[in-house]
Amino acid sequence: MLAPQRVWWQPLSRMERSWVIVAFVLCLFFTAMMPFWFVVGRQNVPVTTYRVDPKVYEQVVNDFIAEYKVDEINGIPVVEPPPGGEIYMLARQWQWSPILKLKKGETYKLHLSSTDILHGFSLQPTNMNLMVMPGYDYVAEITPTQVGEYAIVCNEYCGIGHHLMVTKLIVTD
Amino acid sequence: MAVATMPAPSAKADFRTCPVTGLKVDLAAERLIIVNAVAAVVFLLIGGFYALLLALTRWQAIHLLPADWFYRVLTGHGFDMLVAWIVFFEVAGLYFGGAVMLNARLVAPKVAWLAYILMVVGAVLVNVMTLVAPFDQGAVMFTSYVPLQAHPLWYLGVILFAVGALVAVFIFFATIITAKKERTYEGSMPLVAFGLMAAAIIAVYTLLSGAVAYVPTFLWSIGILPSIDPAFYRNFFWSFGHPAQQINLAAMVAIWYGLAAVTVGANPVNEKLSRFAFILYLFFINLGSAHHLLVDPGYSFAWKATNTSYAMYLAVLGSLIHAFSIPAAVEVAQRRRGFTSGLFGWLKNAPWREPGFSTLVISMVLFGFIGGTTGVVIGTEQINLLAHNTMRLPGHFHATVVAGTTLAFMGFSYYLIPLIFRRKLRLVSWASWQPYIFGLGMALVSIGMIVSGLQGVPRRHWDITFSGAPIDVTLPGATQISLAIMGVGALIAIVGGIMYLAVILASVLTGQKEEARRLTLVMSDQNPLVEHALPNVGKEPEGKESPRGTLVIGVIFIVTFMIYYLSNWWLLGRGWFIR
Repeated sequence: MLAPQRVWWQPLSRMERSWVIVAFVLCLFFTAMMPFWFVVGRQNVPVTTYRVDPKVYEQVVNDFIAEYKVDEINGIPVVEPPPGGEIYMLARQWQWSPILKLKKGETYKLHLSSTDILHGFSLQPTNMNLMVMPGYDYVAEITPTQVGEYAIVCNEYCGIGHHLMVTKLIVTD
Repeated sequence: MAVATMPAPSAKADFRTCPVTGLKVDLAAERLIIVNAVAAVVFLLIGGFYALLLALTRWQAIHLLPADWFYRVLTGHGFDMLVAWIVFFEVAGLYFGGAVMLNARLVAPKVAWLAYILMVVGAVLVNVMTLVAPFDQGAVMFTSYVPLQAHPLWYLGVILFAVGALVAVFIFFATIITAKKERTYEGSMPLVAFGLMAAAIIAVYTLLSGAVAYVPTFLWSIGILPSIDPAFYRNFFWSFGHPAQQINLAAMVAIWYGLAAVTVGANPVNEKLSRFAFILYLFFINLGSAHHLLVDPGYSFAWKATNTSYAMYLAVLGSLIHAFSIPAAVEVAQRRRGFTSGLFGWLKNAPWREPGFSTLVISMVLFGFIGGTTGVVIGTEQINLLAHNTMRLPGHFHATVVAGTTLAFMGFSYYLIPLIFRRKLRLVSWASWQPYIFGLGMALVSIGMIVSGLQGVPRRHWDITFSGAPIDVTLPGATQISLAIMGVGALIAIVGGIMYLAVILASVLTGQKEEARRLTLVMSDQNPLVEHALPNVGKEPEGKESPRGTLVIGVIFIVTFMIYYLSNWWLLGRGWFIR
């Protein structure tokens, strides 16, 4: 709180210098980890994005559902697409559509978009989270590594029915 | 404080001379500090009441509010706490740092009143619209992501508040420039004022980004613009929303240095290093707005990695420097007073009952160990996949903004009351306990939230049992426990908050009016600032005076940090493959 003495630009003490060096090395390590994982890691944030008219996207999803629909649970269509193909998920207030049946170990191109406002794609309990926006088709190449039933919930606030917005993802061998 | 030789007072303002510090206090500045601080505390009170309702709703076993009120209250809580309370307090802080600490007059007090009125009108408008506008236009969250459309008056409220804050920041700049010109202090600015100046510079580009986000959105809400791109809005909103919290960071660090000086007479061991750390904030901290966009469509890896890491974690480097400099300053001051035994004798003999000191320690520990580490981790591009929009996010920023900044501001205000309000502090034993209770509560809130988020609990979500949904979803049973920890923590923190408000209100309203003869600590009649502060002799603290204990604490911190950081990579590596 006191004004410093006239000349305050003193050299660092040995202890301060070592701390700054350790801290800087830590920062460099954190910096290096991201590109390292980008090259080596199997879990990276998708970057592929297309602009899309929400109406067009809705039509594409409807066609996709019509083609591969196998069942229906509580009004939500269940879709079993061919392994390794393009798959679609549509978000709107307050539902995800459809329910997806996938094969373990196969890689799918998952398209995500919304027809109204922002939503959050949250796959549980694997805890994988992506933003879903109207006008943007966000494409994630995903490979399920375990069999089981997974929930997709919405984790971006989207109005009064936010907590009703859930669907399923079923992974089989 | 800058006890400088006084030049002839400027004729343009009315001053009183503070008998404590010998500083001239501009009466106009003093009145403005008081009204801004009062507004801050009023919004803290409202936001704190909202916090109680929210915690009791998210504590799933209690689940107090219905969905519509939960989302309205959550919107109000976000605005009142992240914007109103903090910015009003910061404006009070800027007038204090600019005028009082530099022994100067506040430039254009009438304009400062105009700024104050704009801020009050704006904040009231946002609060009222949040509660009374049709649900979809009121419950839009603090972020009000386009294309969700708030009421036009809601946006107008935010804009008025931001304009007022921007005017206040420019008054601060004009004040420090005038102070330099009129030579009201000698040499360089004191470090605390320097830190506040860094906060003010960050505030300028923060508020300008806010204008880019909100002005077109307001025009859209009244039908002048046809649409706003949601990605554009998110980018500029977060260039406002994230750096807004970095203003808090810079202001809080400045106040940490201030508390260290007031309570144990600590001077920064190396002014150059501490100032350099503030400069790092100035240049790199605004890049952190990318933290919110890491799993958004449309950004490349290179853009995200560069921005989210503040170029090369250079703002984190700034924080790590402060994390060493401040405890080292305290340690050296204590050692020079003779507490030299062992590594931690200086800590054992510290004034733990003094609210300013306990505030400093608790605020730094919770900010660093919980807030800082989790912030770096969830801000790592790939790890964000695990964390985005889960409760880990509010867990992180309740540790930084509440356990860190809010607690620091609370602790600092105990010393402003005798100085600025000129009232004797009342309920001092409450003040002495308050930082511990509030800190304990907030630690539990943050940890409860982070553990919930690790299990997938989304933030901003009314019902994680998903009752009424077409498909049954069950989150892990342990979330019931972690959410209960958050709830219990919130109740404890509310008690701490009530104690703070009680001390402040009792002192301001019924405290003995007095012209403090000397600045003393709350819990004793010493004045370490003057009695113990050794002038920075420019010689390196050596031997028994060197801050060895701080270095050990620093090493413990880095080890903890690395364990948490690496375990998150491990967690990510177990997930599905995604690209």
